[in-house]
Amino acid sequence: MSAILPPSDRLWWKTPISGQEWTWIGIAFVWGMVMFGMMLYWHIYGKQNLSNEVYRTTTEMFQAKTDAFVKENTIRTETEQQIPVAKANANNEAFLLARLWSWYPILELEAGKTYKIHLSAVDYNHGFSLQPTNINIQVIPGYEHVVKMTPTKAGTYAIVCNEYCGIGHHTMLGRIYVK
Amino acid sequence: MATTYRTCPRTGLQFDLKAEKLMRWNAVAGVLWLLVGGITALLVILTRWPAIKLLPPDQFYLILTAHGIDMLILWIIYFEIAVLYFASSTLLRCRLATPNLAWVGFWLMAIGGIMTNVAIFQGESSVMFTSYVPMQAAPHFYLGIILFAVGALIGCGVFFGTLVVAKRDKTYTGSLPLVSFGAMTAAIIAVFTILSGAAILIPTFLWSVGLIESVDPQLYRMIWWALGHSSQQINVAAHVSIWYLVAAVIFGAKPLSEKVSRFAFLLYILFLQLASAHHLLSDPGMSAEWKVLNTSYFMYFAVMASMIHGFTVPGAIEAAQRRKGFTNGLFEWLRKAPWGNPVFSGMFISLVGFGFLGGISGVVLGTEQINMLMHNTFYVPGHFHTTVVVGTTLAFMSITYLLVPTLFKREMMFPKLCQIQPYLYGLSMSVLGLVMMGAGTLGVSRRHWDMAFSGAPFQYEWPGAAYLMMGLTGIFGTIAVIGGGLWIFLVVWSLLFGKKLDGGVTSDKPTPIPDQTTAASASATGSEEHTTVPGTVVLAITLLVCFVLYYFVNWKYLSEVWGLS
Repeated sequence: MSAILPPSDRLWWKTPISGQEWTWIGIAFVWGMVMFGMMLYWHIYGKQNLSNEVYRTTTEMFQAKTDAFVKENTIRTETEQQIPVAKANANNEAFLLARLWSWYPILELEAGKTYKIHLSAVDYNHGFSLQPTNINIQVIPGYEHVVKMTPTKAGTYAIVCNEYCGIGHHTMLGRIYVK
Repeated sequence: MATTYRTCPRTGLQFDLKAEKLMRWNAVAGVLWLLVGGITALLVILTRWPAIKLLPPDQFYLILTAHGIDMLILWIIYFEIAVLYFASSTLLRCRLATPNLAWVGFWLMAIGGIMTNVAIFQGESSVMFTSYVPMQAAPHFYLGIILFAVGALIGCGVFFGTLVVAKRDKTYTGSLPLVSFGAMTAAIIAVFTILSGAAILIPTFLWSVGLIESVDPQLYRMIWWALGHSSQQINVAAHVSIWYLVAAVIFGAKPLSEKVSRFAFLLYILFLQLASAHHLLSDPGMSAEWKVLNTSYFMYFAVMASMIHGFTVPGAIEAAQRRKGFTNGLFEWLRKAPWGNPVFSGMFISLVGFGFLGGISGVVLGTEQINMLMHNTFYVPGHFHTTVVVGTTLAFMSITYLLVPTLFKREMMFPKLCQIQPYLYGLSMSVLGLVMMGAGTLGVSRRHWDMAFSGAPFQYEWPGAAYLMMGLTGIFGTIAVIGGGLWIFLVVWSLLFGKKLDGGVTSDKPTPIPDQTTAASASATGSEEHTTVPGTVVLAITLLVCFVLYYFVNWKYLSEVWGLS
């Protein structure tokens, strides 16, 4: 008679399903297909899809690449720590390295241009959280993620680390200028 | 295998006394972990409340790690083991298979749980619930979880063994009751979950003692989440079973269709484990095709399953109420429901909260591209506090109001407070989930000690609304802790000082469930004449409308951020 007893009808799988239930199952199925289709649709027509361009790297290799990039493209330094501010190179590429507890270097980009940002971490997992526009990407050591970004509006943006990375996690704040 | 059986005079449920003792101990152990989890919850809330900021960062991360482990693993799985024993030995009226082995499982879980907590409170293992490598905890942090998992695996084995015993001893005829079937779903998912956990935590343990050089951080995330997310799917299967159980006990509700409900549970087994992908949508290491296919549980079949349960559970209640004569209008069946009975009110808040808040937010959060708006923000804990807490924990709390008199043979004390508790806890936790999601939508990070970034080389000022949301998080979080604390108090106090109730007659032999199938099927109300459930249809359509609107609003948000390709 109830859900805590064996089904009263032994051949329960032969009992027909009511129209109301069928309708709801149908609606749930169609809605699932719509949501599935939306992700595919966005891959074709949407303008915000996370890049699949990823390379295996090592912390030493990524550190070396970032250092070379900073050396060639630094336009000034900022704050007492003399953090370099770098422009993207001639191919519109830039490197951004996450480490305990800073984002290195500061980047200066231009609105409307498309850049290839190379993202990786050299110690733990970190989280690239661009504010206030609110884009969040996981940054994992050993993986060089090349993300194509097109800033839309000029301004000063913060990169918050939003993957827990130890005691100084809350001081890990980076910066991107968009002109 | 001599054991004794007792038939509860109030519910007619039959308990194998050996199984009964195991259920009690597992449930009580769960409650004790909930107490530790609740104290840590209060400390976490009071630190994230910007106006209070109670703990220094090292203690905050330590406490947050303990909160995650003690709540998500220890409290819930202990209680689930009790539910598994109940859904097998009690509902099927048979002896529990290998009770001694079940005790081995219990003590392994106890030792494991304590070991991991010792590691955390020693201060060298503040690695969060997820313990992402290459951040390293002390070896006994991992070892404790492994031992706990072995114990839980034994519990699942005892459950499966008990199903075999019931079948062999013919204590029931026909198919398993739906609730036992749902519990079996939970146990099957649990086996998958625990094996995934072993596959990643054993290498990580070996790495922590220096026997393995490294564990790939991306691989770790993928396999760890087959443990971390799938264990939440155990919870879903378990609490959906409890919804059916409460509907059956309070209303005598019969599933609208056994076929539909069982098929929905089967979909859970087939597709829920793909949800590991939900945590990797903004990761570098997986392709877009992999993400789309997995995050949608292979085209949203597990979401469909939850939508089906969301319809059939209230539908079964409505049908039962209408048969009793509550047929006026769309909602008389619901208005005249026993809202003063905490077993029902807790279950119903769990159902609605899980569907409207947890379900919708989970699907939106788990949409490949939209995930970039929310990944690792405060939205994520907001979402899972509406699924695991409003859904699972509240369902477990509500069933406890039933278990204290029947399993522990004690009357619940302070009935007025018992009436209030599900509302206090369920509603404050729901609001907490909402304001956490609100803060996350504005970008506020999870697992973050200081939203003012003191000590950082530059400043970033969150919008004022984000501070407002975090303040509300503090307020409603504190109320929720009080609501949870009230439940622990009521349960513990009733167990210690509640009026002792008659245990009922005992016997050496189990009384099988009477075979009512042949006689009943002739007069069954089921088959052709379905009771229509218009009220449930209205509720379901409301859910769908909220779902569709919120889903597309988030695509709109996404379209406004920087271009990414």
